[in-house]
Amino acid sequence: MTSTSIDVASKVEAPSIAPSRGYWGPVFRRLSRDPVALIAGIILLCILAMALFSPWLAPMDPYKTSMINRLQPIGTPGHWLGTDELGRDMLSRLIYGARLSLLIGVMPIVNAFVIGSAIGIVAGFVGGKTNTVCMRIIDVFYAFPAVLLAIALAGALGAGIVNSLFSLTVVFIPPIARVAESVTTQVRSVDYIEAARASGAGSLKIIRCHVLGNVLSPIFVYATSLVSVSMILASGLSFLGLGARPPMPEWGLMLNTLRDAIYVNPWITILPGVMIFTVSICFNTLSDGLRSAMDVKL
Amino acid sequence: MNAERISAHASMPSKQPLDRRDRGGQAQPLLSVRSLRKHFVIKKDFFGRPVSQVHAVDGVDFDVLKGETLGIVGESGCGKSTTARLLMQLLKPDAGEVIFDGDPVGKPGGLSLREMRRQVQMVFQNSYASLNPRMSVEESIAFGPQVHGLGKKEANARARKLLDQVGLLPNQFASRYPHELSGGQRQRINIARALALEPRLLILDEAVSALDKSVEAQVLNLLVDLKQEYGLTYLFISHDLNVVRYISDRVMVMYLGRVAEMGESESLYNAPAHPYTRALMSAMPSMDPDNRTQTAPLVGDPPNPIDLPPGCRFCPRCSMAVDKCSVQEPELASLNDQQVGSRQHQSACWRAADVQALAATPISEEVLS
Amino acid sequence: MTAPCVTAHQSSPEQVPLDASSTAEQMVDVQNLKVHFRSPGRFVQAVNGVDLTLAKGEVLTILGESGSGKSVTLRALMRLLPERRTQIHGHIKVAGQDVLAMSRRELSRYRGFTTSMIFQEPMLAFDPVFRIGDQIAETVCRHEGVSHREGLARALELFELVRIPSAKRRLSNYPHELSGGMSQRAMIALALSCRPRLLLADEPTTALDATVQIQILLLLRELQRELGMSVIFVTHDMGVANEISDRIAVMYAGRVVETGSVDEIIRAPRHPYTVGLMQSRASGELKGERLSAIPGSPPDMAFPPQGCAFAPRCSLATDECQQEVPPAKVLGQQHWAACWKL
Repeated sequence: MTSTSIDVASKVEAPSIAPSRGYWGPVFRRLSRDPVALIAGIILLCILAMALFSPWLAPMDPYKTSMINRLQPIGTPGHWLGTDELGRDMLSRLIYGARLSLLIGVMPIVNAFVIGSAIGIVAGFVGGKTNTVCMRIIDVFYAFPAVLLAIALAGALGAGIVNSLFSLTVVFIPPIARVAESVTTQVRSVDYIEAARASGAGSLKIIRCHVLGNVLSPIFVYATSLVSVSMILASGLSFLGLGARPPMPEWGLMLNTLRDAIYVNPWITILPGVMIFTVSICFNTLSDGLRSAMDVKL
Repeated sequence: MNAERISAHASMPSKQPLDRRDRGGQAQPLLSVRSLRKHFVIKKDFFGRPVSQVHAVDGVDFDVLKGETLGIVGESGCGKSTTARLLMQLLKPDAGEVIFDGDPVGKPGGLSLREMRRQVQMVFQNSYASLNPRMSVEESIAFGPQVHGLGKKEANARARKLLDQVGLLPNQFASRYPHELSGGQRQRINIARALALEPRLLILDEAVSALDKSVEAQVLNLLVDLKQEYGLTYLFISHDLNVVRYISDRVMVMYLGRVAEMGESESLYNAPAHPYTRALMSAMPSMDPDNRTQTAPLVGDPPNPIDLPPGCRFCPRCSMAVDKCSVQEPELASLNDQQVGSRQHQSACWRAADVQALAATPISEEVLS
Repeated sequence: MTAPCVTAHQSSPEQVPLDASSTAEQMVDVQNLKVHFRSPGRFVQAVNGVDLTLAKGEVLTILGESGSGKSVTLRALMRLLPERRTQIHGHIKVAGQDVLAMSRRELSRYRGFTTSMIFQEPMLAFDPVFRIGDQIAETVCRHEGVSHREGLARALELFELVRIPSAKRRLSNYPHELSGGMSQRAMIALALSCRPRLLLADEPTTALDATVQIQILLLLRELQRELGMSVIFVTHDMGVANEISDRIAVMYAGRVVETGSVDEIIRAPRHPYTVGLMQSRASGELKGERLSAIPGSPPDMAFPPQGCAFAPRCSLATDECQQEVPPAKVLGQQHWAACWKL
């Protein structure tokens, strides 16, 4: 008798839907329908390719100076984007600059993403006193203005790329940890975590199977939006002489060294600025696009 | 397909009357709850001492018998959901004892929390929030068995079998994600997930309340089938009196963190012995166009369980209150001696007999039909 | 207590009929209403040809499950749907005015004076940082151009009208200080502040406890009688529909499938969906028996079925039902149902 009755129940939910597309399928489909995010993504990929293949792409040696060809305007044959105050080819320097600028812009965020997420997720999941202690310490760092903290740290440690990477990482841990903590606190109280706990799973297993997947993407989206800030801060440090050292091609540093030429050839001077601006705008746009594409409930 | 399903069932050992995990025999309650208490502190003074607190569950005793369905009804703030979470040990009780088949839970020498969670499972109200959006249906169902040491392959096989049991074709649904499903389908998956650990007691916390009426009936039918199939015991929590009456053998009515009345469901519905139960029943919308409700049985909202009145908690809203009610709190007491033990009809009202006499007037009958 | 209000009602300048047709018996006339939502990659046909009429002083309940288009229909009557993503076709006439043709200015007069709405979640109707009394007074001031003091007096009058105990004290409460039932009453007061002739209620009792729900239902019934309003009430609960309405329209998958008086729908439903709904109710008498549930689930309105939308779940369905949408079949003076099998 029981088998027949369950038969009735099973007929009740007649299948009527198309096969599942999984979780990431719709996310990428939605992202591909967002033209603005798509364009931003393509530009970023191009700049990344530029950084990776710069020896092949650059028409000249970015370090080769030429006193005769100083500050040539844009469009000069042989130097399509002109030359800088030491007569180095701007196009080549901009292409090579992508390497360092991306590195010191993106690396701190990657580091901070790992460290900050770990702190935030643990604090958020454990809650209680641990949370309070962790977050108060984080708040102390957060209370400093980002620029000031970066300059102070980099200044104290001395100029150099490694030091500026380190100081920028420290700057970006607090905001990421804060976001990670608040997202985790939200997820922690949702029913499926309770259900997992009710099935006897321990905290580590719950974090691994249920929390991580649901908190990492919002944290990731937030971190992407910080890349632009990081790029600008890194350039700022280089501009102040605390990051990359001359004659390295780095956009922030180039902006600094070209500063004196602004009355002679302003168009050349703003080129590195345009690059920084483009990259940060693209990262921001892409992170906005990612956020709306990842909203499953749509 | 039909034959296949029947053979699948035939291969399963009949769990009736009771499975091998049974310890105390049929007469011993599966779950006994003794003076369970949980207060939520909402304000502390400078030294961390509680100033005001919510009396969510305030001394609740009841038994769930083997193989029965115990319904819990009450309005928001009566403590029914908190009780469920306390039983699952998702919240830590302030005081009280939970005894599962003779073994105290979480005490030395008793049943471990982990083992208890294997035998008691829960289905939540919000079918969407109780499924991990990043996990496929199959992964969600197989998660529990894997925690308890089953291999991935066996766990997935069990998940597929359970999907079939709850009326969803495994090939169609196993790899789907929660947002691709309807509310009814998701609730079926939650039921399958709860059953994956082969529990003996299933707590259903408003499990059908969020569903549309036509889907609700499907899920109720499924619950009745599964209960027979697996010899389950249900604790069915709901605010819908009709549904509780349909599915429960016994019913417990809660008010402000306490049990107001408890008894076999027909006895309780036909002759309510607490004014609050009576009010709840006559507050149900009538289904008779010629006999619409004319007066509301109660005035105002259910009070906050923060500042409790002295004496009976229902006293300030009760139309039958006498002097004694505002002074002394009534204990749950049996009404007659016809039935023994947990099956007795009990009421926490000084005037229980008078209330029952009122039930002879057929108001509640009309409303219910 | 309510007397001053009623006289105020009659003397109100807003009662002057706007044109000849508004003196007719019809309060609401909806013809072939279609509401479609368009968002990137998705096209949802939420409402697919709804015809509704409502007489003056009548209470109509739209009964339907989630996704049936009942709330969307209600919102279309007030043009509350986001304009950029919504396409509305058909005719909506309320009190003789063409709602779909209204300008922004006419619309803001229409909302409040002619018709007004109450929602499931009363907290959303109030701004949490202002006192409730001031908010209602402000609405009155804005719409009727009276002083704040007169507005407050009117708010007090309204609070007494919706039977809020110690009304004067409650006026100076903030929204979060009111309990569920009380804030629902306050929202009704706000909705009645400009003496609307049509009240739209979108599941106003669904979130309430049973003992509070019945109080609000009784209050709405009394107010409707006292003020002579027309009411359209949306719910998924048959019991609630029975308590409040004169007439019921049952909606399924964006269409009205059956309408009739309460008596006809509750006692003698004809459409298989309505019949199924009535039979799938759990109750004490059915204890131990199986409930006769409607199989399956409602269709996804992004991909509505071609013929009768209920056909895939219907036990009577034949090929004919899959092919074409059934027309309305008259069964009585007010009673009709759209089904091929009647």
